[in-house]
Amino acid sequence: MSLDLKQIVSDFKNGLWAENPIIRLVIGMCPTLAVTNTTENGLAMGLATSFVLVSSEIVISLIKKLIPANVRIPSYILIIATFVTFVDYFLKAFFPGIAASLSIFIPLIVVNCLILGRQEAFASKHSTPRAIADGIGMGLGFTWVLVLLGAIRELFGMGSIFGFTLLGEWYRPMVIMVLPAGAFITLGILVGIMNQISREGK
Amino acid sequence: MEEFTQILLLFISTVLINNFILVRFLGICPFLGVSKQVETAFSMGLATTFVMTLTAAATWLINTFILEAFNLPFLQYVSFIIVIASLVQFVEMFIKKTSPVLYKALGIFLPLITTNCAIMGLALLIPLNGYSFIASVVFGFGAGVGFTLAIVLMAGLREKLEFGDVPGVLKGVPVTLIIAGIMAMAFMGFSGLISM
Repeated sequence: MSLDLKQIVSDFKNGLWAENPIIRLVIGMCPTLAVTNTTENGLAMGLATSFVLVSSEIVISLIKKLIPANVRIPSYILIIATFVTFVDYFLKAFFPGIAASLSIFIPLIVVNCLILGRQEAFASKHSTPRAIADGIGMGLGFTWVLVLLGAIRELFGMGSIFGFTLLGEWYRPMVIMVLPAGAFITLGILVGIMNQISREGK
Repeated sequence: MEEFTQILLLFISTVLINNFILVRFLGICPFLGVSKQVETAFSMGLATTFVMTLTAAATWLINTFILEAFNLPFLQYVSFIIVIASLVQFVEMFIKKTSPVLYKALGIFLPLITTNCAIMGLALLIPLNGYSFIASVVFGFGAGVGFTLAIVLMAGLREKLEFGDVPGVLKGVPVTLIIAGIMAMAFMGFSGLISM
């Protein structure tokens, strides 16, 4: 098995823009909307999801030949659930504040369609190095949109980014931005802008 | 009587105030994916409600009598997802045998319920809120009704939107998200309805 470096780089880049999970494939929407009320939460969620994605892609691409086709989906879910339990206990032990604000959305990574989707579409068909590249690319693609969304909502909703106040006393926070309604509208406009950008690029 | 009022209030607050889709952000994927036609949206809502009610009962029993009784909290996620996956499989087989018409109407949506985060979210919220068995079942049923309500409303709006003049870049997902935002704003109006 020869390592094709070009192929690996293109697998990695794929997730960042061309097949960005949120903007292009529109999967993994629940955490995207729910935890991006602050930049920090968006970043934490993005990293936690990326970790689970990369780890399970490694395991599944290694053992893909051992899993019978009929029971592959339950097997994937079991592997994913194991890594999620690991992340959950890690966050509870070292970052209790973040664990509390993400609450049930950490265990819900188990049913994030992004992760199961990548196992089915990529890890179960390709070699381990390519699966790692795909996992990191998709994970980063997911993370940057989450951080951007969190930053926009935090800036307009509380006048700060990562907890540092950027807009001074004169700014009256738009509370709607950190509420559910703001999440839907911000993401809707963001996807619209991205569509425009990629249309101009063509 | 006191208990009955409590249960009724729980039901109303689950459907309207803490709507699973619009307030808790659970089950967004089917909400965006299966809301193009009122009819399919309604079937999806029915199937989800059915699975949610059963899941609420099953996970409460497992959590109380197995996981808590033997002190195995770390198995919670793994065991819940297995219970949900097998319940969905069971419901699928049951519907296929008893009502082939309904089975045809639901089609691919039935197996997809397994990865609907509203179901897993429901299973996780029950131990977190410490509900009793009856309250859990009502919570599950209410969550399903709230899900159906939101997805059917959205499908109705999108059917009208087909004839609307939407700017090119906003077509499809973006405009759906913006409508969902406006719906969420409308649902915020319910927030003062019950103080619990």
